[in-house]
Amino acid sequence: MSRGVAITGIGVISAIGNNAKENHASLISGKIGISKISQIETIHKDEIMVGEIPTLNHELEKQLGLSEDEYSRTPMIGIVAVQEAISSAGITDINDCKCGLISGTTVGGMDKSEQYFYDYFQNEEHWNHITGLNAGDSTNKIAAYIGLEESFVTTISTACSSAANAIMLGARMIKSGQLDRVIVGGTDCMSKFTLNGFKTLMIQSDTYNTPFDENRKGLNLGEAAAYLVLESDKIVSRDNKEVLAYVKGYGNANDAYHQTASSEHGDGAVLAMEKALKVAALPSEAIDYVNAHGTATPNNDLSEGRALLRIFGDKVPEFSSTKAYTGHTLAAAGGVEAVYSVMALQNNIIYPNLNFKTPMKEFDLLPETEVKEKELKTVLSNSFGFGGNCSTLIFSKEA
Amino acid sequence: MRNPVYISSVGSVSPQNTLDNALFLDEIVLYDSSTLKIIAPNYKEFIPPAAARRMAKGIKMSTASAKTAMAEGQIEENEIDAIIVGTGLGCIGDSEKFVKDIIDNDEQYLTPTRFIQSSHNTVAGQIALGMGCKGHNFTYVHAAVSFESSIIDAKMQLEEGEAQHILVGGVDELVAHHEDSHRLIKHIKEEPTETMALLKSKSKGAVFSEGANFFVLSNEKRDSAYSQLVAIETFNTISQEKIAQKVSDFLTVNEISASDIDLIVLGNNGDVDFDGYYDQLSEGIFNNTPQAYYKHLSGEFDTASAFGFWLGNKILKNQRVPKAVQLNSIEPKKLDTILLYNQYRGENHSLVLLKKC
Repeated sequence: MSRGVAITGIGVISAIGNNAKENHASLISGKIGISKISQIETIHKDEIMVGEIPTLNHELEKQLGLSEDEYSRTPMIGIVAVQEAISSAGITDINDCKCGLISGTTVGGMDKSEQYFYDYFQNEEHWNHITGLNAGDSTNKIAAYIGLEESFVTTISTACSSAANAIMLGARMIKSGQLDRVIVGGTDCMSKFTLNGFKTLMIQSDTYNTPFDENRKGLNLGEAAAYLVLESDKIVSRDNKEVLAYVKGYGNANDAYHQTASSEHGDGAVLAMEKALKVAALPSEAIDYVNAHGTATPNNDLSEGRALLRIFGDKVPEFSSTKAYTGHTLAAAGGVEAVYSVMALQNNIIYPNLNFKTPMKEFDLLPETEVKEKELKTVLSNSFGFGGNCSTLIFSKEA
Repeated sequence: MRNPVYISSVGSVSPQNTLDNALFLDEIVLYDSSTLKIIAPNYKEFIPPAAARRMAKGIKMSTASAKTAMAEGQIEENEIDAIIVGTGLGCIGDSEKFVKDIIDNDEQYLTPTRFIQSSHNTVAGQIALGMGCKGHNFTYVHAAVSFESSIIDAKMQLEEGEAQHILVGGVDELVAHHEDSHRLIKHIKEEPTETMALLKSKSKGAVFSEGANFFVLSNEKRDSAYSQLVAIETFNTISQEKIAQKVSDFLTVNEISASDIDLIVLGNNGDVDFDGYYDQLSEGIFNNTPQAYYKHLSGEFDTASAFGFWLGNKILKNQRVPKAVQLNSIEPKKLDTILLYNQYRGENHSLVLLKKC
């Protein structure tokens, strides 16, 4: 059980960049990706702000060599991020060891399903999208695109912790020896479905989201895809791989409190962080930086803040939510923030929590609001979702 | 040393009378249709009526199935360490209604319930909420291996002692838009098909259906135990030419051979375009092996293989193969080891090895 889970590749596409390098550049220069919605026709376009990936569908199709309207946006952005992750891991033959793919998604092909919901019955032009509503379809398309065959390929959908849970499952499968290599993360594109869904819950902000601020007004929806390549010690030494970081700990727990809201004192979050620290065999003092879930909804930030206080007491390490940059990218969020955590470790930088002005009245937690250089050994990342789903990942420089 | 993993108890809501664990396909409900619906349980036995009114069908049938399994295994709610659910489409009925409402009402007058229940992990979340289970809670949504992914996750935790009892299930609803759109692309058979004539239909597509099959998996052998889960593996792709070799490789890794298999349970759904995968095995390396099938009883849906898992377990515990599921006329000499194989439209293949315990 002492096997290390090495991260050898990262890839991300979000509202603040088409790859890891661009995302890092935006994060350190304070360039946010939140704007009025431009790519989806909606009556709410003046009431909400979102984090859109600027690249349009037809541009993605061209980039990937797909024909017009062939794929949903979810697998397209997924392929972009997976390709970057594979290339950054220096993989030339994806099938040269026991390799898997685990992807998180909540919307899958919903962008096309909602567009052609009635159209399917008028003409056959868009029938290629009928089976695309099945979330697994987006993952199989990614697997096919990268040429992964006869392999373990699955999809996780636990709402906004999906990608974090994909990383967790991948790490466990490497540890148990079932896989030598696994590509893990998540992808979710913007859809009318989620825009209107969060609208009914009244937790979307009409302006820039402000995580952990007293006057926070809710989240900005975002879209993104982000993946890590995890490899076993065996493959790392076989291929003489450069290791970017390790997945050191992980934990999933259920709040068992409410279908969509987090418990007042963050019970599930506390359990997830405790489990992750236990798997990592680290005391809470060993955490150098927390990349918080920090959606900027009144409920999440209060619950998460209290959970941080319960875990770290009066020694809460530097923390920030990067959702002010990207918006809340749902299933992809845990993947995006895993990539950011790895980049934080690589660069010894804490990315700032933008838009924070006023501390919350319930506690005196202050997120980092400026880019901060600090020697980082261990980063903890939280992701929480509907259904009471709470996940924590711990990334480290050392195995 | 890895702990052995047992299937402690079962619960099945299907188009057959399967929820009463005292029965085992004693009387088959015969259909002549291209879609099947579950036989609705008496939900009042499982869910307070006020709560049931708001619940999506997927949550209701999962609750009935899960509670049946928990009761049979005499496992208390606080003994469940994790809940893992596989579902192709989640509570798709609510998703469809929400999309329809968005379009029909031009994004106005929407209510949150349908959106909330659309989240794929609603079933796992609701069961956890109902039981107060704060453990690991995962939902796998990978089409025909959604259920098998859940089993793989559970097996890993039980083997390594991270959990002692895990509630694992597969659930899918059959609803209007899903059915109508899949008729367009002919994934559903164009003609009604009689239950016992499914494999003779020689037509394209499958008989679509729904169901909820839940199990308690444990790393200790309970009195109620059905079988030991020896091995499970899934593959995103396999060509028909290579399927026999893949199965042989799987058996070799598990140190047995085709002749050690007392019964093979196959996922034939009567689709003339894809049943060839099963023929490769039933007419090839398992030509002389007793064979069974089940999708004429369960119908086809993303987690139909969970019904196959139920069948394999019932056969091992009851030590008999009901006549209605026999695919060939070879009588098993003993029923110690069962292999399950499933795929859907040539993708998402799964192999499961179960042993009498």
